Amino acid sequence: MESFTEIPANPSVTDPVDVPAHWKRFAPDLDESKVMWSEIVPGGGHWSYVMPRGSSLRMVALEDGANLSMVLYSSREKLERYNMPDSLKAQHTAHYTRGHVLMSDMGRSLASITLDTVGWHDPMGGLLDAERLKQQYGERRFDTHRNAMYRSGKDGLLIEIGKHGLSRRDLIAPVNFFSKVSVDEEGRFQFAPGHAKAGGAVQLRFDMDTLIAFSTAPHPLDPSSAYAPKKVGLAAWRSGPALKDDFCRAFRPECARAIHNADMLYL
Amino acid sequence: MTAIRLQESALQAERAVLNHKLPSGEPYLQTIKQGQTLRIVDLEGNQAVDVIFYNAQDPAEHYSATDTMLSQGGIYLTTGTVLMSSEARPMLTIVADTCGRHDTLGGACAAESNTVRYALQKKFMHSCRDNYLIALQHADIGLGKRDLVPNVNFFMNVPVTPDGGLKFEDGVSGPGKYVELRAEMDILMLVSNCPQLNNPCNAYNPTPAQFLIWD
Repeated sequence: MESFTEIPANPSVTDPVDVPAHWKRFAPDLDESKVMWSEIVPGGGHWSYVMPRGSSLRMVALEDGANLSMVLYSSREKLERYNMPDSLKAQHTAHYTRGHVLMSDMGRSLASITLDTVGWHDPMGGLLDAERLKQQYGERRFDTHRNAMYRSGKDGLLIEIGKHGLSRRDLIAPVNFFSKVSVDEEGRFQFAPGHAKAGGAVQLRFDMDTLIAFSTAPHPLDPSSAYAPKKVGLAAWRSGPALKDDFCRAFRPECARAIHNADMLYL
Repeated sequence: MTAIRLQESALQAERAVLNHKLPSGEPYLQTIKQGQTLRIVDLEGNQAVDVIFYNAQDPAEHYSATDTMLSQGGIYLTTGTVLMSSEARPMLTIVADTCGRHDTLGGACAAESNTVRYALQKKFMHSCRDNYLIALQHADIGLGKRDLVPNVNFFMNVPVTPDGGLKFEDGVSGPGKYVELRAEMDILMLVSNCPQLNNPCNAYNPTPAQFLIWD
């Protein structure tokens, strides 16, 4: 994996659109004719996108120990949103990997995990909020540190869902991609430091038109005493929707039914 | 089984200011004042009582499963657990518990999730989220589906395995077991006494629950 310490200069302004082809650096296996866009998200950054059904999002850890906290809503009807308990109990799982689907509260698959080289993504740990961030890392404000200021995952997500008319009431339990939190015999959380290595990749295929909002702030259980959030590469591409013999459909009957319920919206 | 903290209560039922028996499969909306103590009794055993708590003064602030788990660093709710809000503030504290384990990962059943979990044809069966919605529609207090956040399942045992699996075990509860919570703020409590008939965790037999409140 090459180093992503340096972000390359933008392409020439004489190009029709000044979008760098970041994906060639971290997801070179993608078909150029199908790539829609790509991005390098700095640590602590936040953004949101509407992902159409039949598109896929490759997420790649660009440094060891990345975390990306994501919330998902149906973009057609934002009252319908990712539901952590429904997804966990339907699939009898407390972690996500390839084959699992992220289900809405309406029994539909918003997105399916079609590729995963990391093996474990955390649905339980929640978000780093401003108070916890301050206690753990101290404070760095814009006035003195400009864009190296500390940003909490919760505030990043509140900004992003706010862009789409959603409020703090609508902030849901996120999926913490690239982070591993297991549970011991006593029910205690065990955070695995540095779980995702640089180059580790996970991919979502969207089974519905989906609003995603994310933050690359540290995981709230990360014990590190230094605020050092990691970069994540994103590449969106046209994969097409789940076919009949799709891996996620076949993964569990519950996944097949959730994808079926999503398909019913797009007959 | 570990991580169970049993604690009995000295409170006497005849001194309670409220004593409400909730049949199985029905909703219940009730306020609890700061400082009051709420007892929920599993009258016949292994019933799931699905509860969401709101700040009665500002219902946009609601119970948060993730903040509660993060705050105590673990998933099981029992004596000593502080139920946290979406603003990471204490809502209620579990002060007595003769069951010893309650769940906050399993969520509340819905017609739609039943189609996923059991069969597409299950969609017309009664569910907790139907209960929640009818209670909120009748109350007409500005709360709706967006406020149906991950809840507490009192008396349910949902262990997570070391390899990240989720299991629905036989309940650890039994007839007459109870849990008591002290309200740390004025609380609006939304309950569904779970009508799930597809899950062996309640022996396919939903049963009544009792609610008592003391000043």
